[in-house]
Amino acid sequence: MHGFANPARFLRIARWLMPLCMGVGILVAGAALAWGLFEAPAERLQGETVRIVYLHVPAAWLGMAGWMGIAVASFMQIVWRHPLAGIAARACAVPGAVFTAVCLVTGSLWGRPAWGTWWVWDGRLTSMLVLLFLYFGWMALSQASEASDGGQSSAPAIFGLVGAVNIPIIHYSVTWWNSLHQPPSITMGKSAMSGAFLWPLLFAMLGFTLIFAGVVLARMRAILADQQAEARLRRKALAAGDL
Amino acid sequence: MREAMDPWIFVAASYAIGIAATVTMVAWSLLSMKRAEKRRDEARKR
Repeated sequence: MHGFANPARFLRIARWLMPLCMGVGILVAGAALAWGLFEAPAERLQGETVRIVYLHVPAAWLGMAGWMGIAVASFMQIVWRHPLAGIAARACAVPGAVFTAVCLVTGSLWGRPAWGTWWVWDGRLTSMLVLLFLYFGWMALSQASEASDGGQSSAPAIFGLVGAVNIPIIHYSVTWWNSLHQPPSITMGKSAMSGAFLWPLLFAMLGFTLIFAGVVLARMRAILADQQAEARLRRKALAAGDL
Repeated sequence: MREAMDPWIFVAASYAIGIAATVTMVAWSLLSMKRAEKRRDEARKR
């Protein structure tokens, strides 16, 4: 892990890994969505609306994984001062927020025919909405820190670590509190779902995870390139006596 | 009496929103990356 903290080495790896992740991810996710939409059967109780699961569950997983990425990068930034850790956290924020929003919207669209309501203030839905607000807060704090001290502040990293407390709350909300939301269908090593639903879902999760990884790598390359351009222009301005 | 809802409207809306959000995010991240790397290369050349 420490080997990847070198920006030059990271860029060498990201140059081939980013298009690979995005290309394979788009193919796998596209195939899984088509499988879920046209091939997978309708469910006995929920009927055709169960097909929303192939978007909703990967989005929920990546919304939470995005914040875990921020938390791990924040930990590495605080403990080891990795030069890429803060950049990785910033790169995770936007895709994490997008997938959290997709999870909330698709969940609402699923809730209307399944539960008869667009929204309920229960533990799972509310904690997921809190996650979206945490992303907005983190992005605002990170931008403020970037503008004031060039991203040297530890405040976003501390926020990233503290905000991770919401992840187990989201996960266990359906077992801790009464909820309209169903309990987890897939847990470590076992599944309550039949293979006809499970396989397209697993492929959709794999495909969207690869897309997420590709987006994070592309955003890290963009942030690094911006920083390198800024540093070079500043050095030139200093050398020319403009600053 | 409960009104029957067409489930495909909800499925189609979910897929449209999910796919549009993902495609926009991928395109935006690639464009920002290309733009930033072009800016860095131009700064190197100057």
